[in-house]
Amino acid sequence: MAYLSGENITAAYDYSVPILNDCSVEVNKGELAVIVGPNGAGKSTVMKVLLGMLKQSKGSVMLEGKDISKLSVQKRITLGLAFVPQTDNVFPTMTVEENLEMGAFLRTDDISKTMEEVYELFPILYERSNQLVGQLSGGQRQQAAFGRAMMTKPTVMLLDEPTAGVSPIVMDEIFGNILRLKKSGRAVLMVEQNAKQALTIADKGYVLVSGSNEHTGTGKELIADPVVRKSFLGG
Amino acid sequence: MNQYKARLFISFSMMILLLLLVGFFQSWALCLTIVNLCLISAIMALGVNIQWGYAGLFNVGIMGFAALGGMSVVLISKNSVPEALQAGGLKMFIALFILAATVAAAVYLHKKFQRKSLVILTILIGYFITRYFYSDASQSIESVNPALTGYLGGLGLPVLFSWIAGGFLAAAAAWLIGKITLGLRTDYLAIATLGISEIILAVIKNEDWMVRGVKNVTSIPRPVPYEIDLQQTAWFQDMIAKFYSKSLDILPVADQAAALKDYISEASILMVKLSYTGLFTSVLLLLIILATLALNSPWGRMIRAIRDNETAASAMGKDITKRHLQIFVIGSAIVGVAGAMLVTYDGQFTPGSYIPLRFTFLIWVMVIVGGSGNNLGSVIGGFVIWFLWIMAEPVGFWLADLSTSFLNSENFFRQHLLEHAQYIRLIFMGLVLLLVMRFSPDGILPETNKKL
Amino acid sequence: MPWFTDILNAVVLMCNFMIVPALSYGSQLALGALAVTLVYSVLRFANFAQGDTMAFATVVTILSTWVLQNSGISFGFMPTAILAMPIAVIACLAYVLLIDKFVYEYYRNQNSKPITIVMASVGVMFITGGIVRFVLGPSHQIFSDGARFIITTREFKEMTGLSEGLAIKTSQFLTVTIAIMLVGFVFYFLQKTKTGKAMRAYSDNENLALLSGIDPAKVVRVTWILVAVLTTIAGVLYGLDKGFMAISYHQLLLPTFAAVIVGGIGSPIGAIVGGFVISFSELTMTYAYKKFLIYLLPEALEPSGLVQFLSTEYKFAISFVILVIVLLLRPTGIFKGKVI
Repeated sequence: MAYLSGENITAAYDYSVPILNDCSVEVNKGELAVIVGPNGAGKSTVMKVLLGMLKQSKGSVMLEGKDISKLSVQKRITLGLAFVPQTDNVFPTMTVEENLEMGAFLRTDDISKTMEEVYELFPILYERSNQLVGQLSGGQRQQAAFGRAMMTKPTVMLLDEPTAGVSPIVMDEIFGNILRLKKSGRAVLMVEQNAKQALTIADKGYVLVSGSNEHTGTGKELIADPVVRKSFLGG
Repeated sequence: MNQYKARLFISFSMMILLLLLVGFFQSWALCLTIVNLCLISAIMALGVNIQWGYAGLFNVGIMGFAALGGMSVVLISKNSVPEALQAGGLKMFIALFILAATVAAAVYLHKKFQRKSLVILTILIGYFITRYFYSDASQSIESVNPALTGYLGGLGLPVLFSWIAGGFLAAAAAWLIGKITLGLRTDYLAIATLGISEIILAVIKNEDWMVRGVKNVTSIPRPVPYEIDLQQTAWFQDMIAKFYSKSLDILPVADQAAALKDYISEASILMVKLSYTGLFTSVLLLLIILATLALNSPWGRMIRAIRDNETAASAMGKDITKRHLQIFVIGSAIVGVAGAMLVTYDGQFTPGSYIPLRFTFLIWVMVIVGGSGNNLGSVIGGFVIWFLWIMAEPVGFWLADLSTSFLNSENFFRQHLLEHAQYIRLIFMGLVLLLVMRFSPDGILPETNKKL
Repeated sequence: MPWFTDILNAVVLMCNFMIVPALSYGSQLALGALAVTLVYSVLRFANFAQGDTMAFATVVTILSTWVLQNSGISFGFMPTAILAMPIAVIACLAYVLLIDKFVYEYYRNQNSKPITIVMASVGVMFITGGIVRFVLGPSHQIFSDGARFIITTREFKEMTGLSEGLAIKTSQFLTVTIAIMLVGFVFYFLQKTKTGKAMRAYSDNENLALLSGIDPAKVVRVTWILVAVLTTIAGVLYGLDKGFMAISYHQLLLPTFAAVIVGGIGSPIGAIVGGFVISFSELTMTYAYKKFLIYLLPEALEPSGLVQFLSTEYKFAISFVILVIVLLLRPTGIFKGKVI
């Protein structure tokens, strides 16, 4: 049984055609799962359902074997889910430290330990802790976004296209950070546009087409699969 | 669509019925006065509707534009004051010329050299020269027979020209404001219009040499005949005699002449008001026809496309700021025309009567209640709200009187309430605005061509 | 050294007629502007009802002051209105929360365009203005009591031997002291407390604030609390200084907005600086420099006129011109506010 899983999910926005059709994903602790697929395949929608921002019409979301489908977003966050949106994922006019504090807004216990952990994982944030996040570089800002999400001590991190619109160098930096997140024992599930690079580092990959699982396998398997290569990875 | 036609029919016939009731039960003179002011309000509302309904531009300075229109009536229709012109006319002209030249030079220098120090220096020099001519001129003009004139007077042209001039004056002010604020945040325009209208009023009230300030300008020439002249016109006398021949015949011969005289004087008052009604109605109809034609032209479709989706429209290469500027100027010009019409109708220009409540706020309520984006909606809104506004005052007093009638007439509470009852209608109108915005945002007549 | 006394006299004159009044007027504007900027950044609309809400709170203060005075309660040399202020804060808070509940909340939930909410606030402005005039009428009311001056011109002259005096009204002294304390408190609150930071976070990025578990309803409520406190205090201080008149409160709207935009929309520090920029410009442009120049210039050069740039009737024009200059040259304001 996987740590976090979405099982046979069907979901739609406002009475329209379902975006997701009987779609399943799962991720374990210490594992990186990647969802790839063409535009409009419903990749980001999977995240929204897992997080509870969109209610599924069929299927269920399970965390550690318990059904969390009916819980609110905030409840799921306290249970260990964390989300880093694709854009606008920091508070730009607040300092790095304040961003981290806001990440831990719902916690009532001592947060200094978690903050230290974040600083250990991303030393640059420690150096810049009193600087406004809006003044950081793209890669550093993404680290601050990861850091903010980590402040709830999540066991699962959901990342929505973390490398969208950044330069290749920064992309490598971000992928490096994601691997660090995984090594720290968390489960990481991300949606990516840059399918090839993402699958290279992924433990598990899902190719989504029109809201359904088209191909599933380890990252290496998918890259090796000629059909996947041809259709989604550009040969 | 049929439902819309039914709404149109019902709302207009209800309004006509109400006005007829006033005519039958109170007096026809009062009825016509209300109709005339309703017509002017409808035109103002039409101007604002063009800004808000077509383009989503929020003008909080309607009062200022209306006052500019009113001012133009004085400047166009009053006779010039030769003594004042002699005393300070030339100097004032020089002052205004230098002021204009300074502004032009500052703008030119700013565009050409981008050197702030140069611009500031130009403005300072221009200011002091203007100031030198201005203070001398305004003093000498204002000291010429201050009780009666004390200002330069106007051009002495027929008063109808001032309606056009009022439109142009308001348009010029709107262009200036629009040029500065459009293209920035949408609320900047609102704030800037609020500011300019207060400044316009401050200038009108304090620059006595221009339109006498708070000393008011009275007996403005009329575009229609005077009652006294009508009473002495043969064809008018004959017409009234014919109209009332039946009721005159039953009177004893000795009383007939006196009765006819009464009828004639009463009829002359109505005739004058009716002539105004005719004039105002033609302006309103002309504006509605033009506005409807414009709205259904390619230009109008573009305007609505911009309003509905600015991003898409700008991606199609439409210059949104420029279109907005056009609309803002046109709408303000219409408000200016209406302002000029109002002063013409009143026969006097009283800057003290310009309060934001009467001009800015009430017009807004008309637009929203009538149905923003619908020209006929503004007309019905103008009629309904002006009618309510006129009727709400006696009703407010009546309510205040009734609700405290059990109290002693010297009771503090009762006295206070009666004294301040006039503000009840202000609260009432505010509530009408908020309630309509919230629960029936389409208003009485919804916009018909919302979907492109 | 007569030339030295002349300079001293000129400086004192300047302080008395320009710097002290500008400081106190600027503080009043700054408090109002801070309230507007808070609404701007959290609730995202330009609150046209600010001036009239200030008038509302002041009316409650005046009524409570009368009740206190009638029951023989006073506050020593301080105006009784200071004692009445807490009541007014509560009344003002109740009023703005009520308005928010019945007017603004709906549009917020609908995600309406900011301009629609601005229009609703114009409706609120007129209703509030109506209530204010209904309760207290449109006339001028003076409600300050206690000692009128901290130091009078006569005392100052005797103290220093100068021919010019410097008077500091109790209201001016109170305005500046209370404003400093209040602004200090608001900044401490926004920068250091968890709720204050949550407010800033919400203003920065609404969606992420929701994801972080910040409760928007609470943020809105706290914002209105701050606004009610700032509005009441600004209104009462302005009224103590210049007397209460419904129309002049309404007309404070333009300089207040000008202050907000000059400082940069949504920037609290900008609102404070903007308030002083506006007040100092207003006073420097409308002050008659005649006497000041007489002290400083040799007799031959003494001015004959008042040496005033603009007459006081045009003080709106000054706010407006500053506004226009800022919009033309630096639309983000001094402290880079949100422009689009």
